[in-house]
Amino acid sequence: MQITADHVIRFLQLVAERVKEQRDYLTRLDAAIGDADHGVNLDRGFSTVMSKLPSATDRSISGLLKLTGMTLISTVGGASGPLYGTAFLRASTAVGDRATIGADELIAALTAALEGIQTRGKATRGEKTMIDAIAPAIDTLKEQYAASGDLLAAMRAAVAACEQGMIATEPMLATKGRASYLGERSIGHRDPGAASAFLMAQVMLTVLEQVAQEG
Amino acid sequence: MKKLINAPENVVKEALAGMAIAHADLIDVHYDPDYIARKGAPHNKVGVISGGGSGHEPMHGGFVGYGMLDAACPGAVFTSPVPDQMLAATKAVNGGKGVLHIVKNYTGDVMNFEMAAELAAAEGIEVASVVTNDDVAVENSTWTAGRRGVGVTVLLEKIVGAAAESGADLATCKAIAERVNASGRSMGMALTPCTVPQAGKPGFELADDEMEVGIGIHGEPGRRREKLAPARDIAEMLAGPILEDLPFKSGDAVLAFVNGMGGTPLIELYVMYNELARILKDRNITIARSLVGSYITSLEMAGVSFTLLRLDDEMIKLWDAPVHTPALRWGM
Repeated sequence: MQITADHVIRFLQLVAERVKEQRDYLTRLDAAIGDADHGVNLDRGFSTVMSKLPSATDRSISGLLKLTGMTLISTVGGASGPLYGTAFLRASTAVGDRATIGADELIAALTAALEGIQTRGKATRGEKTMIDAIAPAIDTLKEQYAASGDLLAAMRAAVAACEQGMIATEPMLATKGRASYLGERSIGHRDPGAASAFLMAQVMLTVLEQVAQEG
Repeated sequence: MKKLINAPENVVKEALAGMAIAHADLIDVHYDPDYIARKGAPHNKVGVISGGGSGHEPMHGGFVGYGMLDAACPGAVFTSPVPDQMLAATKAVNGGKGVLHIVKNYTGDVMNFEMAAELAAAEGIEVASVVTNDDVAVENSTWTAGRRGVGVTVLLEKIVGAAAESGADLATCKAIAERVNASGRSMGMALTPCTVPQAGKPGFELADDEMEVGIGIHGEPGRRREKLAPARDIAEMLAGPILEDLPFKSGDAVLAFVNGMGGTPLIELYVMYNELARILKDRNITIARSLVGSYITSLEMAGVSFTLLRLDDEMIKLWDAPVHTPALRWGM
């Protein structure tokens, strides 16, 4: 399976659509333990990405990922702007000048994105952040792909792990980000960053399924 | 939601436009990226900039002017500004003596300022940063994102702004800023929540007989909820943890800052100031300087925060130095 720049554009368009649909849900999650702006901020960011896409000059995979990263950093604000922005920039660097990427390169790009989020946010697993959804997803993706060589099956398992990771943030005590100020009162609420990460993982699976059908 | 707005998504831009017209003698407002710059700022001094989410007015834009900030970067309501804004502001105020970034300790603010400082350094601008974290309501700071930057930020911007105005170099400005942050403590409470315009609903709910103790400045709930109490008891609740934390001691001289959260009438702030003064007198702590008013707010939230800053002679001199900004003015 080879992923092309057109597939990346489809991924970005679908993420933008889903973020808009789930804007109020993400904001509601954030209102419970943060500052009620996660959905609004991400929607602003991905809407701007959509408005910049048509006139983008570098339409390679890395160029599109870089444009997305820079746009999120410049428009989202809060913590999610630098975190998702850094993730897309690191993925762009990992892809380099490849015109298309296969499973190994996709896994390498996602791993680089996670490392970027960990470095920028100085967070690790178990702190009730987006990392709790992303890290188990990437672990599962690597294990399953290594075992089966079937990227689509591995991605399905990864998205399930991502969902489990997201749900697992609910009983956690937040120790990073604004939710940490609530102490015990952060327990029982789903982390909004984990929820938006799950949204993106679902979209990635949808696009890969389409790629597989085409291929 | 009842607000004096046209559309939630235009609140920040329209407020900036109003500010630009109202204070055309003091500030210039730049758009895309948005920042407020001091009009005619001299370039033979250290540049001092700050920024943060909007909704805390007059902080920070209201503190741009002579003797305080050279520029301020307003984000969306309660959302950190983005690195482009701080980079543009840093470049605009840099005169070759370096630029000090004053950052409140919130995850988003710290990350966005950090990225801007990296970008400015890549362009050859010397940037130093100070992160304020004076909120004693955050008890377990090892297990959280750390104490939040609140009231001390206002005092620090005034004091360091005066130091920069008097010609202090970047290292000296940073050292003074760190000393102010280390010498100040704050705590706040809310009688009512506030509503972010784009969210449309309050950040939390409070019954008529309840108050939220240990709030931050972003409409987030605090550490605990209690039954409403008389002003004297609330003053004890806020002053106690502040005094114990530094700790402030008998014989100390302090700046006592009683701050309204946005929806509190001044008459109630003076009631609270009276209680705070009594508490400090009982402990033989001298109020050398004072500030009473709504300077670091949380939209229309009703409530109050106390900030105490232990003063030394240099801080007093810098506090008294002339300042002329939209929200603070004396000596000129």
